[in-house]
Amino acid sequence: MDILNNLMQGFATAATPANLLFACIGVLLGTAVGVLPGIGPAMALALLLPITTNLEPTGALIMFAGIYYGGMYGGSTTSILLNTPGESSTVITAIEGHKMAKAGRAAQALATAAIGSFVAGTIGTALLAAFAPAVVQFAVSLGPSSYLAIMILGLLTVTAVLGSSKIRGFASLGLGLAIGLIGLDPVSGQQRLVFGVPLLTDGLDIVVVAVAIFAVGEALWIAAHLRRKKMETIPVGQPWMGKEDWKRSWKPWLRGTALGFPFGAMPAGGAEIPTFLSYVTEKKLSKHPEEFGHGAIEGVAGPEAANNASAAGTLTPALALGLPTNATAAIMLAALTQFNIQPGPLLFQKEPELVWGLIASLFIGNTLLLVINLPMAPLWAKLLQIPRPYLYAGILFFASLGAYAVNLQAFDLVVLLVLGALGFAMRRFGLPVLPLIIGLILGPRIEGQLRKALQLSGGDLSGLFNEPVGVTVYAIIALIALAPLVITAWKRNRTPKADALL
Amino acid sequence: MSSPAADAGSPADRGSTGSGHDDGERTAVAAPGHRSRAELGIAALLGVAGVVVLWDASRITVPYSVSDVVGPKTMPVIVGSLLLVSAVLLAVNVLRGGSGQAEEGEDVDLSHPTDWKTVLPLVGFFVLNIVLIDPLGWVLSGTIMFWGSVWSLGSRHYLRDGLVSLGLALGTFYGFYLGLGIHLPAGILAGIL
Repeated sequence: MDILNNLMQGFATAATPANLLFACIGVLLGTAVGVLPGIGPAMALALLLPITTNLEPTGALIMFAGIYYGGMYGGSTTSILLNTPGESSTVITAIEGHKMAKAGRAAQALATAAIGSFVAGTIGTALLAAFAPAVVQFAVSLGPSSYLAIMILGLLTVTAVLGSSKIRGFASLGLGLAIGLIGLDPVSGQQRLVFGVPLLTDGLDIVVVAVAIFAVGEALWIAAHLRRKKMETIPVGQPWMGKEDWKRSWKPWLRGTALGFPFGAMPAGGAEIPTFLSYVTEKKLSKHPEEFGHGAIEGVAGPEAANNASAAGTLTPALALGLPTNATAAIMLAALTQFNIQPGPLLFQKEPELVWGLIASLFIGNTLLLVINLPMAPLWAKLLQIPRPYLYAGILFFASLGAYAVNLQAFDLVVLLVLGALGFAMRRFGLPVLPLIIGLILGPRIEGQLRKALQLSGGDLSGLFNEPVGVTVYAIIALIALAPLVITAWKRNRTPKADALL
Repeated sequence: MSSPAADAGSPADRGSTGSGHDDGERTAVAAPGHRSRAELGIAALLGVAGVVVLWDASRITVPYSVSDVVGPKTMPVIVGSLLLVSAVLLAVNVLRGGSGQAEEGEDVDLSHPTDWKTVLPLVGFFVLNIVLIDPLGWVLSGTIMFWGSVWSLGSRHYLRDGLVSLGLALGTFYGFYLGLGIHLPAGILAGIL
C-alpha cells in the first residue's frame, strides 16, 4: 500500500504543468536523438548536463528519464529502416526488423516495436516501483563494507563481462579511476594529480569529462570515418498491425519483458544479453521458424520488449543503490551529484518527491512515446536526412558551449579537447568507454566506503569482511573471475580426447 | 554486420572468449603492421599514466591519523598499479596479434582509413575557438567554429552555412542569457549585444 501511496504522490509531482512539459521535451528529444545517427541518449544527456544545472532537480531528472526511454523508441526506428544499429542494444532488432522493412512490412515492424516497447516499458516501470523500495530496505541495513563489495562487483562486471576484451575494459577502468583521483582528497585535503596547476585542484568537472568522452570523442571518431555513400532509407508509412501480427506479437512482448527486466537490474546490466536471449527464445518457440532470417515479426517484438524492460531494470540499482550499470544511468547519477544530491539507498528517504515523481513520469513518458511514435514515425524518419556536416559540427558546437558554460573558463575547453582525443583513441583501439565513466563516478565513492569501513574496524582488515552480504558478494566476484579459467581448463582437458575420437 | 548468425553469435561469446579476441571480419579491414604499432602506443600511454599516478602518490605525505587508516595514498597506488598492469597485458596482447575492435555506428564506415583531412581541420577550428572565445566573445568565436566545422566536414554552401552559424551562435548567446541566466562572454561586441 505504501508503494501505491508513494506512486500517487509521484503522479501528483509528475503531473504539474512544468514537469509534464519536461517529460514532453524529454521524450521528443529522446526520440530525436534515438533516430539521429551518431547521437544517442548518453551523449544527449551529457550535452544537456551543463544547461540543466540551473533547473530544478526533479524537472531535470524527469526530462532525462524521458530522453532515456525515448532513445529506445527512436533507436528501433533507425535500426529497422537503416539496418545499421547505432547502439548494441538494437543490433538484434535490426536483424529481423530490417528484413521486414525490405519485404514491405516496415509499418508492422515499427508498430510491433513501438507497442512492444510500451508494454515492456510499462510493466518494467511497475516492477521498478515494486522492487526498488525492497532493495532500498535491504540496502539501508548494510554497512560500508557490504556497500563497498557491491560497488566493486558493479565495477568489475561492467568492465569484465560486457565488451569483448577484458584487458581493454580494465585499461579504460584505470583511466576513469585516475581521472576521478584528480583534485583534493576529500578526507586529508592532500593534492592528488594536480601537478601544481591551480585549475586542477577542484578536480575535473564530471560534466566536462562526460561531454568530452561521449560527444567530442564520438563526433571526431565519426568525422574520421564518415560514410561517403548515401545510406538507403526505406520509405515508411503509418505504422499499423493486423490481427495476425497482434496474435504473433503479444507473447514475445511478455517473454521479452520477463527476460529484460532481471538482466537490466543485475550489476552487469545491459541490454545485449537479454535481447539476444529473447531472439533465440522466439526463434525456438515460433510456429514460423522458417521466417526467421527473412523478417519474422516475433524477432522484432521480443528483443524490442527485452530492450525496454532492461532499461527499466537498469534504473532499479541506479536509484535504489546508486549503482549505474550503463552509460545513460551513469550520467543521470552524475546529474544528481550536480544538484548536491547523493545517489544511494538514502535517496528514497531523502528525496521521495524526486524519486517517485521520476518513476511516475516514466509511466507518463512511456504513454507519450507511444502516442508520438505511432502516428509520427514517417516524420521522425525524415530526421535521417539531416546533412551530416551540420549534425556533427552541431555536436562539437554544443559540446564546447556546454563545457564552457559550466565555469566560463577556456581551460575547460582544453580539457575537453584532450579528453575528446582520448575518447577518439579509445574508439579507434577498441577500449570501451563505459568502464571509464563508471570508474569515474564510482571511484571516489568506493574510496570513501573503503575508508569508512576500515575506520569503523580501527584499521583491522577484517572490517572489510564483517557482514555476510559483503562476504557473499566477494564470493560471487571470485566465482565470476574463476569461471572462465575453469571453463578454459576444462575445454583444454577435453579437446585432446575429442581429437583422439575423430 | 554481415549475417544474422554472426551478429547473434557475438553477445553469447562475450563471457567466455579471451581478452582481445577479434572476430575475423574486422581484422581484415585494417593494415595490421601500422595498426599494431599505433596500438602499442596506447599501451605506452597507459604505462605512462600508471607511472605518473604512482609517482604522484609517492610524494603524498600521509599524516598519521587514527580516524583515517587508509589515507590518501592507497587508492592512487591501486589505480596506478592497475594502469601499469593493463599496459603490460595490453602490450603482450598486441604483440601476440590481438587488436581492439574499432567502434561501429550508423554513419561510420570502417572500410576507409582514418580521414585526417577532416579531423585535423576540425581540431584546428576547435583550438581556434579556445583561443578566441574570451577576446572575441562567444557570438563571433562560436560562429567561426561552427562554420569552420561544417566546412571541414565537407559542406560548401558558404553563405547558407554562414547564416546558420551566426544564427546558432546568436541564438545560444541570448538563450543562455535570458533562459538560464548564464552570461557568455560578449567580447568585442560587448556594447552591441
